Amino acid sequence: MKRFAGLFAELDATTSTNAKVEALQRYFGQAPAADAAWAVYFLSGGKPRQVVPTSRLAILACEVAGIAPWLFDECYQAVGDLAETIAHVLPRDSEPTDVGLAVWVEERLLPLRGLSEPEIAQRMKAYWRELDAQGRFLLTKLVGGGFRVGVSKLLVQRALAAHAGVDAKRVAQRMMGYTDGKAMPSVERFQALIAAHDEGVPAPGDEGQPYPFFLAHPLDAPPEVFASRLGPVAAWQVEWKYDGIRGQVVKRAGRVWLWSRGEELVTERFPEIEALAAQLPDGTVLDGEIMVWKDDPVEKQGTFAGRPAPFSLLQQRIGRKTLTKKVLAEAPVTFMAYDLLEQDGQDIRERPQRERRGRLEAVLDGTGFKVSPVESGASWLDYAKRRERSRELGVEGFMLKRLDAAYGTGRTKAEGLWWKWKIDPMTIDCVLIYAQAGHGRRASVYTDYTFAVWSRAPASQEEADAVIEAIAAREPPQPGGLQLVAFAKAYSGLTDEEFRQVDAIIRKGTLEKFGPVRSVKPSLVFELGFEGINRSPRHKSGIAVRFPRMLRIRFDKPLHEANTLQDLEALLKL
Amino acid sequence: MADLVVHRPEGLYCPPGDFYIDPWRPVPRAVITHAHSDHARAGHGHYLASQPSEGVLRARLGEIDLQTLAYGERIVHHGVTLSLHPAGHVLGSSQVRLEHGGRVWVASGDYKVAPDRTCTPFEPVKCDVFITESTFGLPIYRWCPDDELFADINGWWARNVVAGRASVLTCYSFGKAQRILSGVDPSIGPIVVHGAVEPLNRAYRAAGVDLPQTCMVTGVKDRADLKRALVVCPPSAAASPWMRRFGDASTAFASGWMQLRGARRRGGWDRGFVLSDHADWPGLMSAIGATGAGRVIVTHGSVPVMVRYLTEQGLQAEAFDTEYGGDGVEADVQPDVEEGGTP
Repeated sequence: MKRFAGLFAELDATTSTNAKVEALQRYFGQAPAADAAWAVYFLSGGKPRQVVPTSRLAILACEVAGIAPWLFDECYQAVGDLAETIAHVLPRDSEPTDVGLAVWVEERLLPLRGLSEPEIAQRMKAYWRELDAQGRFLLTKLVGGGFRVGVSKLLVQRALAAHAGVDAKRVAQRMMGYTDGKAMPSVERFQALIAAHDEGVPAPGDEGQPYPFFLAHPLDAPPEVFASRLGPVAAWQVEWKYDGIRGQVVKRAGRVWLWSRGEELVTERFPEIEALAAQLPDGTVLDGEIMVWKDDPVEKQGTFAGRPAPFSLLQQRIGRKTLTKKVLAEAPVTFMAYDLLEQDGQDIRERPQRERRGRLEAVLDGTGFKVSPVESGASWLDYAKRRERSRELGVEGFMLKRLDAAYGTGRTKAEGLWWKWKIDPMTIDCVLIYAQAGHGRRASVYTDYTFAVWSRAPASQEEADAVIEAIAAREPPQPGGLQLVAFAKAYSGLTDEEFRQVDAIIRKGTLEKFGPVRSVKPSLVFELGFEGINRSPRHKSGIAVRFPRMLRIRFDKPLHEANTLQDLEALLKL
Repeated sequence: MADLVVHRPEGLYCPPGDFYIDPWRPVPRAVITHAHSDHARAGHGHYLASQPSEGVLRARLGEIDLQTLAYGERIVHHGVTLSLHPAGHVLGSSQVRLEHGGRVWVASGDYKVAPDRTCTPFEPVKCDVFITESTFGLPIYRWCPDDELFADINGWWARNVVAGRASVLTCYSFGKAQRILSGVDPSIGPIVVHGAVEPLNRAYRAAGVDLPQTCMVTGVKDRADLKRALVVCPPSAAASPWMRRFGDASTAFASGWMQLRGARRRGGWDRGFVLSDHADWPGLMSAIGATGAGRVIVTHGSVPVMVRYLTEQGLQAEAFDTEYGGDGVEADVQPDVEEGGTP
C-alpha cells in the first residue's frame, strides 16, 4: 500500500502526461505482479462493489477521533471529500506497516463485506492505525468504492506497453474487460496483459475480446473553413451522429458478446441485439450505437421508418438487470451499425473506411441490423444546411470519417480521421440563485450553481428589481406574481479565473446558508447551453435539460432581460 | 464587572487602559502583538511591542514611535498591568496579558505551540479570559513534526538537484521564509532568496537568529548554480517574469492550507508542503486548556465552529469580529495575498 500510495501522490501532484507515464512505468518496474494487477485495475477505473459505505466509515472516524458529527460535517465542508476528511480527522498515532496492495484488497478489504458492524469497526480501526494520512485516504476510498485519480486508461496502457515492450494497442485490446468485475485481478491476468506476443497463437479466454473503440475529435469551426481544413467533401463519409450508447457486437465461435464503450459487457441487458447478432457469421465484429428506435410508418429517416427515441428512454434500460415485458415493449433497443472491424475472423481495422463500409453493408444485408445511412452532400455548405435538420431528426449532428483512413485506437493524437460535428447547444440566459462548493480540486470554491428563469417576462426593469429586492429581504414570493424559477444546475464551462471571480461575488452576495448551499442575491446572468430538453414531473419547473453547462457569464446583460419559462416551453417544441 | 477588552470599530480596545490591541484603524495608542501587516498597521500615534519584534516592525513600518518591553516585563498604565509573553508565531510575536481589578485577560494575537528555531516558544499564561485566534480551527488540521516536514523538503530539493532543475519554494516572506531557511539542509545547494525576503532575513540575523547563507539572484555568478538552488520567494514572484531565469523549475508552496488535496491541486504547484505558523487543532485546544480560562473569545478563522465546540466543552465561548487574516477559505483560494494574513 505504501508503494501504491506513493504512486498515487506522484500522479496526483503533477499535470504533466510524461511525468505520469514515467511514474507509472517506475511503479510497474518495482511492484510485485500481484500488487501491479490491482493497481492496473484501480487506475483504469475498476471499482469493486462498495465494501462498506463511506458514510459509515465517517461515523466510525468520528468515534475514533472523539468528535461530534456536526464538527465532522464542518470539516467535510472545508475538505470537499469524505475519504480525505476521514483521513485528516483521525489522530496521528499510526504505526505504519508495509502490507502490499493485493493483500490489502484480497485478504482485508473484500472480506469485510458481510461482516457484522462491530467486527467491521474493530478491523477498520486497526487498519487505519497501520497507515499514514495518505494511506488512510486511499484505504477509505477503496473501501468506499470511490477511488479516482487523474490518469486515463490510455496512460496506463502506454506505461504498461513501455514497461513490457509490447505494442500499446495490443495492451489496450487485452485490457478490454479487465475492470468489468467478472474476474479478480491476479498475477496471471496481469502477466497476460504484458506477455510477449506470439503471432497466431490466441490467448486462452480471449475469444470474446472486443477492439478498442476509435473516438472522434470535436470539430469546432465554421463550415466556410472546412474545405481548407478537411479538403473536398468527396474524401469523406458523412453520417448522422446518434445519441445512444456506443457499442461493439462480437460474434465468434457461435457466441455473442456486446460491449459498451465503458468496456463493460452488457450482452444480457440487450437481448434484442444478442438475438440479431446470433445470425451473423462467426468472426464478425461490428461497431455502432445501441439505441431505442421509435418505429413510425409515416416518418422516414434514410431508408428506415421511424426515428431515434430520446435518450431518456434508453436511460430506462441502462442499469436495469431484470427486463420485464413492459420495459422491452416500451423501450425496444436496436443496434445502428456503422463499422466492421473483423470479418471471417480477420482484423480488418487497417483497411480503409471505404472498403470497411462496403463490407459492412454486404455482411448486414438481409439481417435485422440497421446500417447508419450515409448522406451525400454536394459541398460542406450543403452539409451545413442539412445539419440544421438534426434536432428534427433526433440526432446530434454529423460524423465525418475519412474514406481512406484506417480504424484508429482511442482518441489518438493522429487527429483528422474522425470528426464529430455537433449542432450548437440550445441556449438560455438565466440567473444564478444558489451556489454550492465543489469537490476535489474545487473544494471550498463555489462552483456548482443553480439557475433560474423568470416565471414570465418582467414588464419593466423596475418590476424585476422589485422582485430581486424582495428576495434579498427574504420576503416570500407573491402568489401569482413575477418570480425566478429554478430549472437547471451546472458546474462546468468556466475557467478557473472565472470561477474565482464568481466565487467572490457569491461570498459577497450570500443571503442565507442551508448546509453547504448558499442562496445568493440575484446579480449575475449566465448563458447556459444544453443538448436537449424534456418535460419532467420530477423538477419544480416541469422541465429537465440534458448536459447543461455554462457557456459564458453575461456581465453585459441586465437581470430583467434573462429568459423566461415561456422561452423554455418554446424550446420544448423544437 | 466590565470587560477588560471590548470590540470597537477601530479594533480591540481596553477601556480602563484606553489603548487598543492590533487596531485596524489609526488610534493614539496601540499594543502590537506581531509585525504581520494585518496586525501591525501604519498610522498609530504610539506603538508598544515586544523587544525582539523591534527590528522586523521597523523594517516593515519605518519610523514609528515605538516603545518595547522584554517578554515578561510588567508596566502599569492607567491602573492596568500589562506584560507581553511569547506567542511562538514569528520573531517577536506576543500574547498580551492584562490585569486589572483582580482579573486577568490574555489576547493571543496569532500563535503556534509547536517548536520553531526562529522565535521564542509559546508560553502558556494563566488567565480568566483568553482571546484566541482560530485560523486552523477544524480537527482536520494536524501538523506533522518539523523533522518529517524538513526531511520532505530536503528530499524534494535534492531530487531536483539531481534532475538539474531549480527548486522554487514560495511562502510568506516574513516568518515562514525564515523558518524554512533555518530548517533546510544548506549542504544540498545554494540558497537564493527574493528581494522581499532578504530585508527580513537581515532583521532576523540582527536579532540573533541563526540562518544559513543566502544570496539574491543578482549575486549568483555561475548560472549552473541556479539549477541547483533552493529559491525562496513570495507566491506573487512565482507568477512574475522574475521566475524566468530559473527555467524549468519545480515549484512548491508552503502553507497550512496545503493540508488539503483540493487546495494543493487548485494552486497548480508541483508540491505543497504543510507548514504553518499558526496552531493546528490540537495546538489550539492545548493552548486554550493551559490558560485555565473559563471564558474564551474567538477571533479570525473558524469562529462559529470553535465557539460551538468550546461551548460543548463547558466553556463560556463567544466571538469578536476582527479584521485580521481572512476567512480561511478565501485565504485558501488566494494564498498569494502578500499584504494580509499569513496562513
